[in-house]
Parts: sequence; structure tokens; C-alpha cells
Amino acid sequence: MEARDAIAASGLAAGEARPRLGAASPRYGERAIKALLAVCAAVSVVTTVAIVASLIGPTVEFFREVGVFDFLFGTNWSPTIAPESYGVLPLVLGTLSVTLWGLVVAVPIGLGAAIYLSEYARPRVRKVLKPTLEVLAGIPTVAFGFFAFTFLTPLLQDIWPGFLGTEPNVFNAGAAGLAIGLLIVPIIASISEDAMSAVPGGLREGAYALGATKMRVALRVVFPAALSGVAASIVLGVSRAVGETMVVLMAAGNTPNLSLSFSESIQAITAYIGVVATGDISTQSFEYNTIFAVGLLLFVLTLGMNLVSIRLVRRFREVYE
Amino acid sequence: MTERRQRQGDDAERATRSDHVGGGHGREDGGGSAEGALPSVQETAVESQRRKGDPAAATRRDVLFAIEGLSVRYGSQPAIENVSFDILENNITALIGPSGCGKSTLIRCFNRMNDLIPSASVEGHISYHGEDLYGPAVDPVEVRKRIGMVFQKPNPFPKSIYDNIAFGPRILGMKDDMDGIVERALTRAALWNEVKDRLDENAYGMSGGQQQRLCIARSVAIEPDVILMDEPCSALDPISTGRIEDLMIELKENYSIVIVTHNMQQAARVSDMTAFLMVALDDQEENPRGRLVEYDQTEKVFTRPSDERTELYVTGRVG
Repeated sequence: MEARDAIAASGLAAGEARPRLGAASPRYGERAIKALLAVCAAVSVVTTVAIVASLIGPTVEFFREVGVFDFLFGTNWSPTIAPESYGVLPLVLGTLSVTLWGLVVAVPIGLGAAIYLSEYARPRVRKVLKPTLEVLAGIPTVAFGFFAFTFLTPLLQDIWPGFLGTEPNVFNAGAAGLAIGLLIVPIIASISEDAMSAVPGGLREGAYALGATKMRVALRVVFPAALSGVAASIVLGVSRAVGETMVVLMAAGNTPNLSLSFSESIQAITAYIGVVATGDISTQSFEYNTIFAVGLLLFVLTLGMNLVSIRLVRRFREVYE
Repeated sequence: MTERRQRQGDDAERATRSDHVGGGHGREDGGGSAEGALPSVQETAVESQRRKGDPAAATRRDVLFAIEGLSVRYGSQPAIENVSFDILENNITALIGPSGCGKSTLIRCFNRMNDLIPSASVEGHISYHGEDLYGPAVDPVEVRKRIGMVFQKPNPFPKSIYDNIAFGPRILGMKDDMDGIVERALTRAALWNEVKDRLDENAYGMSGGQQQRLCIARSVAIEPDVILMDEPCSALDPISTGRIEDLMIELKENYSIVIVTHNMQQAARVSDMTAFLMVALDDQEENPRGRLVEYDQTEKVFTRPSDERTELYVTGRVG
């Protein structure tokens, strides 16, 4: 007891009142900042809701005249030339086509670059290469459109071997797909590299200590451990390819075409919206409504893919703990 | 330091090594080809204990690693300097010393793990069974197949328990009887009974001590010659530590073990030979780097050290 009294006495000078532990003044600044930050966070949610809401009105108008089934599974998209037909599949297939060709380019190059940067490159090389790669992501897509139209298409036409059929059209899905592929290489490479670099060094050491070669460490230990992050990067790349507008508008032609062909001219969903929205159509016209319907479809497609990617990113966080 | 090296004809040496690397069974009954090099499995713990304190027994053993004038630097920063001593076969050799004295750097030289650090450079010689470990024709990957390593922090792969063990054997192209390989490795690491019913569960569901024994089992699965352990118990509780120490003493019959430890009681309990390293400064009182102070039988290092600095360290007055 005595000891405790002594300690108490040393803490509080004799005669002093009990210490005040309440806040000296109400912290309004703190609350204001918190509210401001919450508003910032809410903006993205509000925007998403607002975009969907803005799409809904004209879309409902559209579906008053066209059946949902006819829209989703119709194979002829001809909104302007009589007899009008509103089967969206050719546009969906156009989008899938450029996405597919894009992935054929972007997945091997992106993953190869990621494995190289994360496992093979010396620190000095990596310090230069990774930012360079990320600069590629900042190039305006209109530049990729030019690149596809003025460089890739002539190149493809020149080297096109006869056994693959007639040489690519002046506007073709392949050149647009390749350009989109190059556009999403940085996304896949950068995010996959982050995921691979995040794999603890101890796992690599453990594998090396068992006599694993660099390639085995990369492919059997690091890559599987980073798999969810890698998958997320690919899904993000796909979302980007699906939503890409400028390249397909410039290089893929604007011909709705029920085909996955590399060499034919196609029209992607985004390109259709781009063409119609920049043309001189009346906001009262039915054609105006069509772009909202396909826009909503595109939104649903990319939203679905992003949800998948968020899931994967979450799972990726749980791998080693 | 007494000359412990025992030169043998190349053929005998090669025979010894093939016994080691070839396969577990060959090792157990064929060990007699080099006289005194390998204790037979029939040897009892008591005999082993007796030999531990017997200098003559130690000198009869073959040299596993002959280290001569070894210096390692990271960039311009020296880590260890001019270390020379011989590590013997089928012994547990402990490397002790204060933090920063280069114990881990030294042990990582034995399986060329330092190769993975771009800035690391190694000077001097280490021979392994008489062969230059840093020779131009030596492939670090091959070295690591024979010289396994267990790390400070348990580092199982985020895979099933089974796949963790099978990883090494699969690399080596062992395909037959993988179940048997996995069972034998886990049994040797005294883990089989605890995990036999959940081999397909993720290794991250195990306790820290189990994970570390899994890592030991993983090393054992590829039938190495040497197991290097870099502070294997520093992240474990005393019970898990005790299990791993028991395990080391059992494994000693078939493998040579080098262990880095901060725990002097551990070194005293398990090791046959102890090397004490200490941080030294150069003439300008700069560039701290590790130097070997004393290397001898563990019992002697802990009871009658020949260097005063060793005595201060092992009695806990310095370091």
C-alpha cells in the first residue's frame, strides 16, 4: 500500500486536482476532413449508379419496340437500313474478336515480361524496364489506332500467307486486336509483376535450396503463388480490351459482321456507339435509343468481368497467410 | 588447430560420395567403404554420445567442407574475412557468434545460396569432399541438390503438405513411389503421425514448429548429403525447438548438419563441433566483418575455450 501511495504521490503533485482526460476542445476539423474524405469515396459509387440510371430511360424505350430475345440473340445488326434489324450478336462477336486477338498477343508477352522482370532481370535492368513498360500504358489510344491503321494493317497485308485465305481488308479485326493487345501488355505485365514480386523471397530460397533451376522456381513456385494476381491482371486487360473504342473505330472498320475472322472488317459495340453518337442523329430518333441499349449491355459485360477480377484480387491476398 | 584432414584416394572418396547421394538404403548398409567415415545405423545413441566427447573419434571423420581463406563481401561491404576451418562428415557443426558476425553469410556459402544475391562476391576456397565448390565447372543447382538448407523462418510452399515434400523429388525426376518418398521423409522428420491424415491440406494450416519440420522433411526427401540449418528454431517455442533438436541428433546418423544458432544452449546440446565467429573492425576501426575466433569440439569450446573472447561470449558476458 505504501508503495502505491508513493507512486501516486510522485505522479500528482500534492493538492493538485484529478487529471482532466476529456478533449480540450471539440475537434471540428477532424470531423470535416472525415466527411470530405467520405464524399470523395462516395463519388465513384454515385457515378456508377448515375451512369446506369442515365442508360435506363432510352434503353427501356428501345425494348418497347424490340424484344429482349431478338436483341440478345439476333444475328443481324442493321439499325439504319430497311428492313431494320436489331440482333446485337454481330457487335458482341466483333468485340470478342478484337479482345481475343488482343489476348493472343497480350497474355504471352505480358506474362513473359512479368516473369522476366520479377525473376530474371537484374535490379538495374528492372529499374529502367518497368517504368518504360508503364509509360506504354499512358500512350493515348488514338495513337494505337493510327499505329494499327498505318503500320500493322499494311504489314499484315504484306506478310499474309496465301493459305490463310484472302489478305486482310484495309480495315480488319486482326490489326485492331494486335494494337489492343499491345495496349494491354503493360496492364498484364505490371500487375502480374507486382503479384510475383509480392511472393515472399523465402519461398524462392526454399525452392532454390532443393536444387530448383531459375525456370522451375519461376514457373512452379512463384507463378502458382501469384496466380490469382496474374488472373486478375488478365481480367483487367480483358475489361480494357472490351471497352476500348478508338482503336476499333479507326482500324477495324464499321461493318457489323458475325465472324471471329482475323482479316475481315468488323464492328465492335464501342465502335458502334462511337459512330452513332458522333453522327448527326436526332435525340428523338429510335437509333438514338439503340446506343443506350448496347451501352448497357457493354456495361453489364465489363461489370461482370470486373467483379470477377475483384474476387480474384481478394483471393490473391489470402494466399500465404 | 589440429590438422583434421584425412586424405584418401580419389576412388575411395568417390565411393563414399556415391553412397551418400545415391539413395537412403545404400547409405545405411554400404557406408563401410570408407573406413570410419559413416557411422552405421546400429550405433546406439550412447556410443554416439561417447564419441562426441572423444577427440580421437572426431579426427577419424572425413572432411566435408575444407574452408580456406574465405572472405565474402556484399558490394564494398565485407561480411566475413579470412575464415579457415574444416567441417567434418556426419557431425553437427554449430556456428555461433553475435549478430552481424557473418554466420548466415558463411553457411550460405556452403550451398552457393549467396550466388542469388547479385552484389555478393566470394573469395578464397571451399572444397566439398575435396572438390572445389566454386570451381568453374560447378553448377550451383547440382550443389544444392546435395546440400539442402532449412531457413530461419519456416518457408513451406503454399501447396499441400504432400506437394511440399514431393516438390524436390519431382525436380530430380524421381517418379516411382512418390507416396513412399513422402511417407519416408515425413517419418524421418518425426511428422508423419501428425499429418498422415491430412496430406492434401495446405501446409499453411500447420503450426510453426510443424512447418519447420515439414521444411526439414522437404530437404530430407531428396536424400541430400548435407543439411544446412540457418537458425532453424529462432521462430519456434521451446517444445518445438526440443523436437527439432532431437530430430537433428537422429538425422546426424545419415547426414552431415551445419547449424547457425543464436542459442548457445542449443549449440551445446546438439553439436559436436562449434565454430565461434566474432565481429572485428579493420585498422581504421571501420568496416565491421566477421572473423573466426575459435573452432573446436563443442565440449571444449563451452568448458575450456582457448580464446578469452570465446569464454566471454559463451558465458554470456559479451555479445
